[in-house]
Amino acid sequence: MNAAAAPVLIPLLTGLLCVALPSRRLRWGVSVTGGAACFVASVWLVALARAHAVVILRFGNWPAPFGIVFAADLLGALMSAIGSWVALCTLLALLAQPHPRLDGFFHGGWHLMLAGMNGAFLTGDLFNLYVFFEVLLVASYFLLTLGSTRRQAREAFTYVAINLVASTLFLVGVALLYAAVGSVNMADLSVRMPDASPGLVRPAVFLLAVAFGVKAAIFPLYAWLPHAYTLPPGPVAAYFGGMLTKVGVYALYRLLTTLNPLRGPEPTLVAVAVLTMVFGVLGALAQEEVRRILSFHIISQIGYMVFGLALGTPQAWAAGLFYVLHHIGVKTALLLVSAAVEASYGTGALRALSGLAHAHPFLGLSFAIPALSLAGIPPLSGFWAKVFVVQAGLQAGEAFAVGASLAVSLLTLLSMSKIFTGAFWGPSPEREAIPALHYLAIAGVGVLTLVWGLGGGWLWDLTATAAERLADPGTYARAVLEGR
Amino acid sequence: MNLLLAALVGLLFAAGTWLLLGQRILRQVIGLGLIAHGANLMVLLAGGLAGRHAPLLGNPEPRADPLPQALILTAIVIGFGITAFLLALGYRMHALEEDEG
Repeated sequence: MNAAAAPVLIPLLTGLLCVALPSRRLRWGVSVTGGAACFVASVWLVALARAHAVVILRFGNWPAPFGIVFAADLLGALMSAIGSWVALCTLLALLAQPHPRLDGFFHGGWHLMLAGMNGAFLTGDLFNLYVFFEVLLVASYFLLTLGSTRRQAREAFTYVAINLVASTLFLVGVALLYAAVGSVNMADLSVRMPDASPGLVRPAVFLLAVAFGVKAAIFPLYAWLPHAYTLPPGPVAAYFGGMLTKVGVYALYRLLTTLNPLRGPEPTLVAVAVLTMVFGVLGALAQEEVRRILSFHIISQIGYMVFGLALGTPQAWAAGLFYVLHHIGVKTALLLVSAAVEASYGTGALRALSGLAHAHPFLGLSFAIPALSLAGIPPLSGFWAKVFVVQAGLQAGEAFAVGASLAVSLLTLLSMSKIFTGAFWGPSPEREAIPALHYLAIAGVGVLTLVWGLGGGWLWDLTATAAERLADPGTYARAVLEGR
Repeated sequence: MNLLLAALVGLLFAAGTWLLLGQRILRQVIGLGLIAHGANLMVLLAGGLAGRHAPLLGNPEPRADPLPQALILTAIVIGFGITAFLLALGYRMHALEEDEG
């Protein structure tokens, strides 16, 4: 089996098997084993992509511009590895606090989502990216509607409708590109797009950016996110919050590096990034519920990642990718803490909670570390991520945007301390148990920020290599089209 | 012919948007369907004019481009699935509304 197919095939088969298995214990066993296998496979893929630049799989052995290819470069492999790890950890959290509706179909949906996500990261074909987006989204629609209140159904309807419109724009963008260039293979597009008529290419790139922007929740397309992420069971929301928007961010990176490379700062995108940071953090300040506050912070942090992209230099892209990887770990850990609180205490409202740090010192710690990392306090990974982005911003001469990003950091710290004083300090509540397995899940993602903060050199090297390769689409295209 | 089809794409998008902005679930679902059809027609247009010969060896030029047809087929299947899901969701909303009075 080709390594590039494994992170898609393993979850697909695991999911199908889980639907068929009759016993609950067996299902969980298969599900967790499949998740772990998928993670191992994607780490292996990272090693391969690092050594060989692009791992290519030609379906049916058709040569590249005619057949569909998987082209796993370092960016795609890294995203797939972190996504699989987060999926495994959140699955453990779900095992710790079983929801009544976690049947075989739930596992099927869960692994289908993982398969769609990894497929989106690894594919080298723009239309195939659309298909994998849909696979991922259909699974997410299903997971979002696991609950069955009227409010959930209504909010889920809005989420589905917005995503459907965005996907349609994506399709129209693909159509325009096909009309202009005559190909949907990303490598082929990157070679031939400079010669195509800009009258078709520019609206196509704009439509694709809007479609990906909706999924990534950038300003002004983020309105769906805070509502949608309050609907599903806590650990599912943790996975959504950590990974789902990052698929959109990944697609934006792919669009504006491989397909239609930015050369130097793009003022519109810088402005969008700054507005995303500011509006996200202001939205968070107005919220009174842990999960809602954290959801608005996802938006704000997306701004930093897009800022890195918008600067248009390999160094800034490396900073942005480092930011993406750091944020996935941190945000999932925070949302898992909030899931544990909601599951054990039945609410996430700051008014109703107090003194959790006395009752559960370890829970307090596992909230405090990622929260400080989110705000960018040294020596955690958030500090380095911000340092890299700020450095790249200053080098590109975007002093105003850098200033805004630092102000947003302060506001992030403010709203993290609001959660901490509201929920974790104060008189101790009547203690409810939190399962050890849930702690394990939180630790699994939370430890990333410590590791990357104290010894993140190797991760920076990886993202820097990935960014340098993104800046050289010619080599990528040659590898895909000519097999060299 | 191209212009006519382009106008039709515009009409489908406009009608779909109009329906989507309405209050009723069923209208919104139909609106989303119309928009999706507009996009499919757009993909067909991207491959060149309609009314050419089937893309088989031995058929005379000009032949139709098979790729957009494959793309549309995929998009139609996806759109069908999601529309079915939306209708089920709409039905559930309706049923829950009756439950809660």
